[in-house]
Amino acid sequence: MKVLVPIKRVIDYNVKVRVKPDNSNVDLANVKMAINPFCEIAVEEAVRLKEAGTVTEVIAVSIGNKSCQEQLRTALALGADRAIQIETDENLDSLNIAKLLQKIVEEEQPQLVILGKQAIDSDNNQTGQMLAALTGMPQGTFASMVKVDGDKVHVTREVDDGLQTIALNLPAIVTTDLRLNEPRYASLPNIMKAKRKPLMVKAAADFGLDLAPRTKLVKVTPPATRQAGIIVETIDELVDKLKNEAKVIS
Amino acid sequence: MSILVFAEHDNSILKAETLKTVAAAQAIGGDITLLVAGHNCQSVVDAASKVNGVSKVLVADNTAYAHQLAENVSLLVLELASDYEHIIATALTTGKNFMPRVAALLDVTQISDIIAVESSDTFVRPIYAGNAIATVQSLDSKKVITVRATGFDAVATDGNADIVTLDIATDANISAHVSDELTVSERPDLGAAGVVISGGRGMQNGDNFKLLEGIADKLGAAIGASRAAVDAGFVPNDMQVGQTGKIVAPDLYIAVGISGAIQHLAGMKDSKVIVAINKDPEAPIFQVADYGIVADLFDALPELESKL
Ligand SMILES: Cc1cc2nc3c(=O)[nH]c(=O)nc-3n(C[C@H](O)[C@H](O)[C@@H](O)COP(=O)(O)OP(=O)(O)OC[C@H]3O[C@@H](n4cnc5c(N)ncnc54)[C@H](O)[C@@H]3O)c2cc1C
Ligand SMILES: Cc1cc2nc3c(=O)[nH]c(=O)nc-3n(C[C@H](O)[C@H](O)[C@H](O)COP(=O)(O)OP(=O)(O)OC[C@H]3O[C@@H](n4cnc5c(N)ncnc54)[C@H](O)[C@@H]3O)c2cc1C
Repeated sequence: MKVLVPIKRVIDYNVKVRVKPDNSNVDLANVKMAINPFCEIAVEEAVRLKEAGTVTEVIAVSIGNKSCQEQLRTALALGADRAIQIETDENLDSLNIAKLLQKIVEEEQPQLVILGKQAIDSDNNQTGQMLAALTGMPQGTFASMVKVDGDKVHVTREVDDGLQTIALNLPAIVTTDLRLNEPRYASLPNIMKAKRKPLMVKAAADFGLDLAPRTKLVKVTPPATRQAGIIVETIDELVDKLKNEAKVIS
Repeated sequence: MSILVFAEHDNSILKAETLKTVAAAQAIGGDITLLVAGHNCQSVVDAASKVNGVSKVLVADNTAYAHQLAENVSLLVLELASDYEHIIATALTTGKNFMPRVAALLDVTQISDIIAVESSDTFVRPIYAGNAIATVQSLDSKKVITVRATGFDAVATDGNADIVTLDIATDANISAHVSDELTVSERPDLGAAGVVISGGRGMQNGDNFKLLEGIADKLGAAIGASRAAVDAGFVPNDMQVGQTGKIVAPDLYIAVGISGAIQHLAGMKDSKVIVAINKDPEAPIFQVADYGIVADLFDALPELESKL
């Protein structure tokens, strides 16, 4: 069976983003970019399923301008077999991303689509669920364990009260949480090999979809900053401050 | 305008966050209906009918909704959707799971995790781990929104809403619940606690979290953790505070053996008072702490417990 892994190019998680002085957006000029960490976990899971013999082919797909080919090459170096870039210069809303991914699902007919639970830039946590709705597939979100079992997949999910395990009919959508696996590092030979793996480019405009924006970004502002407080020397002083100055304990 | 708010619950207790989500609905303005979807959830229905600002409680009590599977709940909401301009849920794991599915079925995009309402179509939401705040206008005719509860003050619970039982059972028959492995705790919920004490990698192992328990008992606090502590297996996943875990904003947050990575700060920096206990004076957590103490946690915690 085939697995499709949608990946997003995002700011590197170590970088603290800055807001542009005109409040139009964040400033991403000359900022280090990377594959979204949750998407990296998704690629790793797909590759492990292939190594275990459950999966025959892993296809990575990314929607964005030419620069996201860099992240697709990373996915190929991590073990994906081929890649698809859907070219667009627009910053598409999640629904439109999901609609484009639906087209790729129709073309490729994967049994499993593994996405990240959330992109660490816009923090939306919605694209996988939307794709599930559009394709009529069941969804196992925030996965910390994925087990394919015949025509079903068992997904253990990280939920607010602990863990929940559900069984989904295949084909299905999975979104990854942090504990699903620890992604490998791409080895140098695999990075070299990735350069020769197939990467197909398609134009978003060629899918015949109405991709008109559904949201308008009014402004982006910096968050309220917290003033650093004081260093206390002793626990007695700390307890005294909490009681008598901050008045948060009695 | 009419607003449908999804009630978060576990079939027995209405989660406190729902009271804040109703406050967000009030900020939008309109007639508010609360939807309780579950099974054998009468106590939730009773609690829901007392939530202020709610005119009607819709009850879908059916086995199809016992575990609030996204496939089934989204179809239920879809059936009700034509009566409402806004459909709102709390950004907890249930709402995050099924709401984008509702949005896509309605052919609208979702506005996730809002912390403020500018107008009935314009909302404020943190992006980039809270390092930027975006104001976003929805251009869709119907608004599908999830609410970050910490952004709103809970409404009171002395209301008296009408209860309407729905005769709907939408079972997509493509998913099934298998089992739960829930964390049982006598302590308050992380999202609802007035005091939270969290441990990080500095705690060294799960056993040492006992050092936090004594303090938590004295303060009526919930216990949280950093991702590093969860990844290392010290404590379960539901204790993770941060950008990709739980968002908390208690009156007092005590960070113990936590360095203060941006992803952790994203989940707690709106707390009223922050205390940091860390042996490294350069740890970034001190930059957001109101009170910091540079100390070995293994000395500081027993002393703190004895002096409370
Ligand atoms: C400031 C700002 C605010 C925004 N606000 C909204 C909003 O309120 N509502 C809205 O709908 N959109 C919004 N967008 C647009 C949207 O966030 C992204 O541009 C779009 O890529 C959708 O992905 P996501 O980040 O929402 O994905 P999430 O749902 O957070 O990501 C989940 C997973 O989806 C997959 N995925 C996401 N994007 C891609 C991609 N381009 N290619 C391949 N796979 C992908 C990945 O597997 C990812 O891990 C906003 C953008 C900006 C810059
Ligand atoms: C995609 C992604 C999502 C993430 N989401 C989250 C999230 O939601 N929440 C989260 O917390 N993190 C998250 N992280 C991880 C985050 O980047 C940090 O790695 C993590 O928060 C570090 O945890 P920590 O502070 O416990 O550990 P460390 O950074 O290792 O810090 C340990 C601290 O303990 C102190 N210490 C050690 N021993 C003692 C002692 N005896 N006494 C006193 N102090 C001591 C040290 O000085 C140090 O400051 C995420 C990362 C990624 C990539």
